[in-house]
Amino acid sequence: MSHVYVVGIDMIRFGRYPDRTVPSLAAEAALMALDDAGLTLKDMQALYCGNLGQASGMVGQRMLAEIGQTAIPVTNVANACATGATAFRGAWMSIKAGVYDTVLAVGVEQMGKGLLGGGGGVSPEGLVGSYTMPAMFAHIGMEHSQKYGTTFAQFAQVSVKNHHHSTLNPKSMYRKETPLEEVMGSEMIAYPNTKLMCSVNVDGSAAAVLMSEKKVKQLGLMDRAVRIRASEMSSNPYEERQAAMPDFSGATRVAAKRVYEQAGLGAEDINLVELHDCFATAELVHYENLGLCADGEAGRLIDDGTTALGGRVPVNVSGGLLSKGHPLGATGIANIYEVATHLRGKAGARQVEGARIGMTHVVGGGPGMGTACAIHILEKV
Amino acid sequence: MTDPILPIIKSEGETHYLAGSRCGACGQIFVGERDVCAKCTARGQMAAIRLAETGSLYAYTVVERSFPGVAVPFIDAVVDLDDGAHLKGTLMGVDPNPDTIRFGMKVKIAWREAVPVGADKPYLTYVFVPQEGEAA
Repeated sequence: MSHVYVVGIDMIRFGRYPDRTVPSLAAEAALMALDDAGLTLKDMQALYCGNLGQASGMVGQRMLAEIGQTAIPVTNVANACATGATAFRGAWMSIKAGVYDTVLAVGVEQMGKGLLGGGGGVSPEGLVGSYTMPAMFAHIGMEHSQKYGTTFAQFAQVSVKNHHHSTLNPKSMYRKETPLEEVMGSEMIAYPNTKLMCSVNVDGSAAAVLMSEKKVKQLGLMDRAVRIRASEMSSNPYEERQAAMPDFSGATRVAAKRVYEQAGLGAEDINLVELHDCFATAELVHYENLGLCADGEAGRLIDDGTTALGGRVPVNVSGGLLSKGHPLGATGIANIYEVATHLRGKAGARQVEGARIGMTHVVGGGPGMGTACAIHILEKV
Repeated sequence: MTDPILPIIKSEGETHYLAGSRCGACGQIFVGERDVCAKCTARGQMAAIRLAETGSLYAYTVVERSFPGVAVPFIDAVVDLDDGAHLKGTLMGVDPNPDTIRFGMKVKIAWREAVPVGADKPYLTYVFVPQEGEAA
């Protein structure tokens, strides 16, 4: 079966835009992606639009009201932190199925500051453990510590690395070095995650134009195309402790196994990864979940620089969610933008030299809800 | 009678317990009442049980920042109960210091009345406390 390609992709610089609206942020990224492809909205046959905060608000249609009401089918998508990647995968599936040749995917989010959740009413928070995101992801890190002896400093080093990477990325929210002492010494939120080990709540948007192989050749766009080698998703498999600690590893392992099978590749073939570092603890655990190393070796990978820019398999060279920022619905497509930019050789100072194959991973969910994971493998044409 | 903070907390007279379920098909034990098995998908095989009140500490975090109005620090613990269930809760009676909290420490359920954030009256809750002989 023929492949689907990304022919246009871009993102706005992540930041805080309180005076903007969600549709206007979405529209900006959409127009940037169309410009990158050299196409117009009239070329788009369908739109998949991902957003969480206004999930019932028909964000896709409101975006089209700003940039052109061409009556194309709009599918509005919400799927926790996998929202953007789910929209992208919807577009991919529609082309793969032969329904369309050219489809636009957009992810967008406008967020407040501070802890997610904590809405009104009587809450068991504090009486029955914690329901905050930092605590949830702290458990994942502490589970790794319990099994393998992973240290606070090793988790903190993830944040040092990703903040360093972000100094090379003009689209990152923050672009500031954070030495280890500063990361470990910043406000403790939920041990071992300090404030600088938590992702940044920001506003952002990203968009991609996906196209069938036939259409790419017909329009002569192969010089700007990036091949979608594989696209996979999962929800959480049954895990023993899922009611006590939401599962992100089981879902990621399932999706990773599927995506390597679909691509006909192994982890050793991957040249760079943008993975879901919503908290520093999560990044180390996902090294193992994605097969970048054997179980128990994640601490060594961060210690020896394997996942830093210049290492064997650089992870989150964009700065990651920890520094670039994590606008929930936009993150999945922003990750794809980052990898596609490296495969095109256009990543400037942070370019991963010789990158041919890259992977993007997002996984989201919450206490008492479940998990959504999406993984894509992209290939230089 | 004091209302429970979560529906899994049940009372029979002065005795409190945690509701659980056991799947007759695969044997899996769940926290709370349910009808269908999430592990093996069996229907109509679930039996109501009372969960074990002892277990060991599997993972934890010390929460230093929480939602507005919630007292910190506190220990958010994941406990493996001795019957095979896995339960989240607050660990009390232990110094909230990661240097001294020990994975695997033996804990038990204790019952408390406390005023949760957002409420103006106390609710019945469970907490974990160290078993006798565990260093507090």
